[in-house]
Formats: sequence, structure tokens, C-alpha cells
Amino acid sequence: MSGLALENVTKEFGSFTAVKNVDLTVPHGTFVCLLGPSGCGKTTLMRMIAGLDLPTGGAIKLDGTDITRVPTHKRELGMVFQSLALFPHLSVGENIAYSLRIRGTGKEDQKKRVDELLSMIHLPGYADRPVSKLSGGQRQRVAIARALAISPKLFLLDEPLSALDAKLREAMQVELRQLQQRLGITTIVVTHDQREAMTMADTVVVMNGGEIRQAAAPVEIYRRPADTFVADFIGMTNLIDFTTDSAGRVTVLGTAVEGLAAPGGLARGVLSVRPEDVHLTAPGPGAIAARVTFIRDLGGTIETFVEAGDKQIVAVSMPNARPDVHVGQEVGIRLSPEACVVLKS
Amino acid sequence: MRREAPQKLSDYGPLLFPAGMLIVFFVIPFATMIAVSFFKRDPAGFYSTAFVFDNYARFLSLFFGKVLGFSLFLAITVAICCVVIAVPFTYLLSRARRRTQVVWLVALLSVLSLSEVIIGFAWSTLFSRTAGITNLLVAIGLMGEPVALNPSFGAVLTAMVYQALPYTVLVLYPALVRLDPTLTEAARTLGASPVKSFFTVVVPALRNTIVATLIMVFIFALGSYLLPQILGRPQHWTLSVLITDQAIYQSNMPFAAAMAVFLVLVTLGLVALTLIAGRKGEAA
Amino acid sequence: MTTFLQRLFLGVVGLFLSLPLIVVAGVSVNEKQTLAFPPQGFSLSWYGEIFTNPEWRNALLASVTLAAVSAALALAIALPLAWFLWRRHAPWANIFQLLGIAPFTLPPVITALGLLTFWATTGFYGQPWTAAISHAIFFVTLPLVTLSLGFSSIDRSLVEAAATMGADDRTIFRTVVLPLILPYLVSGYAFAFVLSLNEYIVAYMTVGFTMETLPIKIFNALRYGYTPTMASVTILFVAIAALIFGLVARFGDLPKLLGAMANNDR
Repeated sequence: MSGLALENVTKEFGSFTAVKNVDLTVPHGTFVCLLGPSGCGKTTLMRMIAGLDLPTGGAIKLDGTDITRVPTHKRELGMVFQSLALFPHLSVGENIAYSLRIRGTGKEDQKKRVDELLSMIHLPGYADRPVSKLSGGQRQRVAIARALAISPKLFLLDEPLSALDAKLREAMQVELRQLQQRLGITTIVVTHDQREAMTMADTVVVMNGGEIRQAAAPVEIYRRPADTFVADFIGMTNLIDFTTDSAGRVTVLGTAVEGLAAPGGLARGVLSVRPEDVHLTAPGPGAIAARVTFIRDLGGTIETFVEAGDKQIVAVSMPNARPDVHVGQEVGIRLSPEACVVLKS
Repeated sequence: MRREAPQKLSDYGPLLFPAGMLIVFFVIPFATMIAVSFFKRDPAGFYSTAFVFDNYARFLSLFFGKVLGFSLFLAITVAICCVVIAVPFTYLLSRARRRTQVVWLVALLSVLSLSEVIIGFAWSTLFSRTAGITNLLVAIGLMGEPVALNPSFGAVLTAMVYQALPYTVLVLYPALVRLDPTLTEAARTLGASPVKSFFTVVVPALRNTIVATLIMVFIFALGSYLLPQILGRPQHWTLSVLITDQAIYQSNMPFAAAMAVFLVLVTLGLVALTLIAGRKGEAA
Repeated sequence: MTTFLQRLFLGVVGLFLSLPLIVVAGVSVNEKQTLAFPPQGFSLSWYGEIFTNPEWRNALLASVTLAAVSAALALAIALPLAWFLWRRHAPWANIFQLLGIAPFTLPPVITALGLLTFWATTGFYGQPWTAAISHAIFFVTLPLVTLSLGFSSIDRSLVEAAATMGADDRTIFRTVVLPLILPYLVSGYAFAFVLSLNEYIVAYMTVGFTMETLPIKIFNALRYGYTPTMASVTILFVAIAALIFGLVARFGDLPKLLGAMANNDR
């Protein structure tokens, strides 16, 4: 099959297991983000795909060929490093032409390709500039162009936008995604920024402790997290312990949620409820009793913090639906069953 | 790039030439020297093979004791003089503008690289009766007539301080450059004068560096072999001079080797002391 | 007031460092062959003497040749060693780093005597090429330290980036590593060259009776009396050292180079 396949890939450093039995297929032309907190093994996984680290177990296949032991320089890939790793002793054009030059491409063809790539990244005429004279965003683009010079089979980016400021980063995310769609190149990005992953990826792969916790489309990751780690890591959420009563109804904080049943007769677990799905009403039967402790008005959204028992719950509302409450007020919370994700604790 | 352990034998290739050169031309000569120190002197050639302790036994003479004592005393005096001058000097240097620093560093390196022969010659000129510093004093009327200032202990000491001072500054320089400038600024805001903040903040913060520098300059001064000859009298000769003298002029290589081995032991002992001082510094 | 005192202190140290050289410079322009200061008359003929008098010219030539060859040899020893230590993880190989630094750290008379006994034992005593090897070993510390510093300042992701773009180890060394350590290569050579030019004891003990380098020549001349050529040679040497270190400072980062040198020494 065409694309990248990881089969049972494992990497141990001494007694520490950085990557544990990872299985993943990346179909040709898709954009995948490896997402997770630092130390989750995402960078190690990418370095193994690039051949910079060798797995201690499992296999890596590209278009059906086993490349597990193929040295990096024979893998025909393009990679953008976190530090960008632009060669300080070479000009912009020489940096971009590097992979062509060492393959013995003719001077004329090199120049043509460099010009092509420079106009692709909106930096025409920059070929003779030293890389030290570029701004952060320009260096970023040059690193991307350099990685794409040979039209690689695989485009890898390790935290590529982490050095940019927030505004520029958002713009580059969109640009990168559009570029990838235009070229139709199989792309893998390592990031710890979930917004970045949600913006760019066809498939988000959430990792923790060296394992894949969930691999799915961004919306599914957000709406249907596979476990409490994913639910908590992606966006804001309220994780509330529940028990199941004798009638099979899910009960949280002493109140049953109407119309919600735990699958497979789960006796206890955790509910994940996104803050925008928490609705504040007047206290009364069927509503969880709570008290407002803090209100954060961010302009675009309003976050209302309430305490139910000893549990803190956050509700987010739009300005046009601003809840009419004040700190210290007793309120009720109603959870709609379709908004709740039932997870094992 | 991860630093991998060498996988194949050919990965060791680059090590071949350097390792070979260092073993053949440093380790083996060193071992030869140790071996020779147990050999017997041969007036006709260099030495004859034997195994005797005679060369070491000669250390026990009064003459040798005096030379050793004087060598150590001279080296310690030089080290103290250099550190006393170099610590405030390097501190000021490290706070100067970058351009100023570079100019000073070029000057210091130029003096440091000067041959001992040249330093000896320059100072013997400066201390001479005909072209020396006393001519200047005569010219401005402070002295009646010019005098020769060498050979003398003062001349040897001055020239050795001159030789070792650039070295001292360059040893101290990195530590002082890295010294956090906000330390003295903090002391200043607490009411210390610049001089007071130098002695109460900079010097204590550098205590271990200063001790290590003292020992390094001491070793450096111990190696001086020409200045005592050119500027001093025979009673100012040091162990290094004696080794050269025995090896070249008395053709007694075994005894020279024995003294050299002894000098190595003294040096290594001091290096060990430096390391211990350094380790304590890290722990503190 | 404080600034004035600081300036004064720096000035006094500067005077101390330059005074002997000022006097020697003065002596070197004396018209007659006398040791006099302030100089009597003015003449640059003693500088010409270095190049016209065959004895001095040969000594200068011998010194420059020795310095050029031994510094190149020192570099040839230091470069692969520093590269290996940077590229590979082999803790035991650090022993060679230590061996490379030892000759320069020990009192020079010891290295000199060790080499003397070695050349005497192997029967090559007095051959001019033994001086080149001896100096290379004695000064290998300098390029080794500058190159170790140079390698450690290379961002390792540059090497990885080159590999992902299709470069093998050899190509990476040629196209990435070598251009980046070139300044350190040059300064390592410069340091070894200048110090070899000035070195006396090792040269004297190994080839002192067969070959006259300039420091040996000066010392011999010093014992048999005075000639102003000694002064002009001294000034020439100071000028060469200042010029070379000035160039290193101009094209490299001298404070950084020195920052690490003393570090490794310690």
C-alpha cells in the first residue's frame, strides 16, 4: 500500500521506554499531527521515521518497503527541525539547493528549482541573502522550502513553528496546510500545541507515555475523546466522577442525568463535559446544586466557575447568552446526555 | 545527531593517527625518561642500562634541598604576585568594552607567546647599566649615575612575574567574564563602595578560581628555566635550570631524568590538589 | 575618582608589560653596535641585518619552517581526534584528550627531556625532523582545545538536517562540518605557529647542536656578548605575534576562544 506504516515500533533507551508498541498508518497525501505533552515520545517517533534514531523493535514501511534499517540519507525525505538547522555558512539559495547540489544536479537546474521554491514561499529574489539576515518567519519558510527541494516522499516537521510569536504562528499554520494540500505530500508534524494540530491535520495522533492514546480526525478527538487523558489534553473539559444507580442511570454529584446510560453496565467512571455544554439554570429538582465562585469575562467568551459539592465546574458562554448570575449566587446545572462522554476512570 | 558508540572497527579509523602519534611520541618518551632515571651515567655516551636508585639518592644532599626549596619559594612568590595583580586587572578588563578587551587580549597573547630567551634578553637590557631603566632616573635627576640591577633576585622575580602575568590573566579571564555583574550591582544598591563590593563580593565568589589559578601559575613558574640563568646568580637557579644543566652540560641524563620525574610528581600532586579544590567549589 | 584609579591601574600594568619592549625597540635602532638607551642616532640597519646576515637569515628560516611544519602536524593530530570525540560516544577515548593536553600543562623542561631521551635512545638525536615532531606533540594542545571548542559550538541538528537531505557522513564533513570549524582550524594553527616560533627549550634539547632556530640563536648570541640584531629580532617577533593574534581577533571571536581555552586547561 502507498503511504507510511509503523508496525509495533518500540524504542528503549536503557531501561526507559520512550516509544511503546506503536502501530500507525499514514495514507499517501495525508497530514498527520503527533500531539502530546513533552516527553510523550512524539519526537522520538519522528526521529525513527527519519532514521535519526533506530527502533529497538518493530518495523517502519514506506510504500510497502521496509525502511527500518535504511540510513537517513537514503530515505528521500524532507525534514524541518525545531531549531530550523539552516546552515549558517550558506546563503538562502545555497541552503535550499543543498540537497540538489550533493546529488550532483546541474547549476542551471539548481537555480531554476531554487527560484521556483522561493516564489512558492513568497520570498522571490532572496537567493543571495545570508540566512542570518532573515526574520523568524522568513527563516521558517526557507527551512520548509529547503526540505521540499527534492519533492520528498515524506515531509517531516519537528515543532516547526515553536520559535514564532503567536500571530505569525497562526498564519504559518494556515499557510503550511494550504501548501501541503496543493502539493499533496504525505506530511507528519510533531507539536505540543493542540490548536496547531487541530488547524492543520487530517489525523491527530495523541500520545502519552510513549503510547498512542487516540488517532482520529480533529473533531472526533474533541467530541469523542477515547479516554480521560485525551479529553483533558485537548481543549478545556470538566471531568466529573459518576456512579450508576440501580435503575442504570448515570448519577453525578447526587443527581441523575436524565436519558444517559453507561455503556456495558459500567458501575462507575468519569463524565467528560465540555464547558460550552454546561448550562446554568435556577436551582431546583433535577439540577445539580452549585454556587458561583468566580466569573472571568474574556470579551469573546465568558467563563463562569461554580462549585458543586467540592467539585469545581466551568461553564463557557457566548456574550449574547451571558448568564445573569453573580459571585455567591446559588445556581443549578443541567447536563444534556448528548453532550456527555462516558469514560472509564 | 546522536553521539553513537563506534559500531564497526572502521569507525575507530580517525583515532588511529592521533593516538599513534601521542603514544609513540609522548607516552613512550615519558616512559623512556622514567626508565633512564634508574640508569647509570655513561661519560662516553648518554647512559648505560642498569637499575640503580643512585640518582634519586642524590636528592638527599643539602645542595639539592636548597635548590628545591628555592624553586618552590620562587614559584610561590611569583604565583602570589601574579594573582594579586591579575585579579583586579582581569576584573576591570572583563568589565571593559569589547573592543578594549580584544586589544588587551591581543597584547597579552603576544607577550605570553614571547620566548623566554626574548623576555630574558629584554629584561637584562632594561636592568643593564648602559641601556637600563636607571638611565631614565638619571635623566630626570633622581639618581647620580646609572647602575646595573642584575644579576639579582629582584631581577629574576620581576621577569618571571612578567612572563607569568599574561598567563594568569588568561586563566582568570573566563571565570571573571562569566561572573554575574548583577552581584556587584546588588552590593552597590546595598551601600557598598566599588572597592568594597570588589573585596566583599567578587573575591569571595571567586575563591576557588583564585586557589586554582594560584596552583596553575605556580606550576607555570616552576617550569621557568632560562630567566634564573640569564638574570640571576647560581644560587637563584631552579630545579628546571638544574635539569637542563645536568642533561646538556654535565651529560648526566639519568640524574636529569630523576629530577624531571620528581618534578612531575610535584606537579601532578598539585594538579590533584587543584582538582580537589575545584570539586569542593562545585559542591559549595 | 574611581574611574581614574582604575585607568591608572590598567595603565601601570600596561606600562609594565610594554616597558621592556620599549627599551628593546629603542636599543634596536642604535646607530652603532652599542647597548644604549635612549638610542644614540637612528638606524634601521639592524632590521636589515636579520635578512642579510646569513646566520640570522638561516635561523629565521629554520624557525619559520619548523613552526609551519610542526603547527600543520599538530593540526593533523588534533583534527581527527577532536572530530572523533565529538562524533562518537566513547568515554575511554578521552584519555587521548588528556594526553593531548598534558605536554603543554607540564613544565616544558619535562616534555623536552622526555623527547631528548627518546630521540637519543632511538638514535635519531639531532635530526631536524625530530624537532618538528617534538614541537607538534608539545603544541598539539592548542589546536586540540580550539577545535574541541569549534566542534562543540556546532549545532548537531545541522548534521542531522544534512543527513535528511541525502548527505552521507563524508559529504556532511566536507560540506557542513569543515566550513563551520574553519575559523577554529585557522586559530589553532596560528596559536601553535606563534608559540613554536618562540619555543626554546624543546628545540634546544632535541636539535640544539645541529640546528639553530631564532630563540636558540638569540640565546647563543646572548652568551657571547651583545649585538643589536637580538633587539631587532625581538621586536620582529613581537610584531609577528601581535599581527597574527590581531588577525585571529579580526576574523574570529577571540574572547570566546580564550574563554574555552582556560576552561579546558583547568
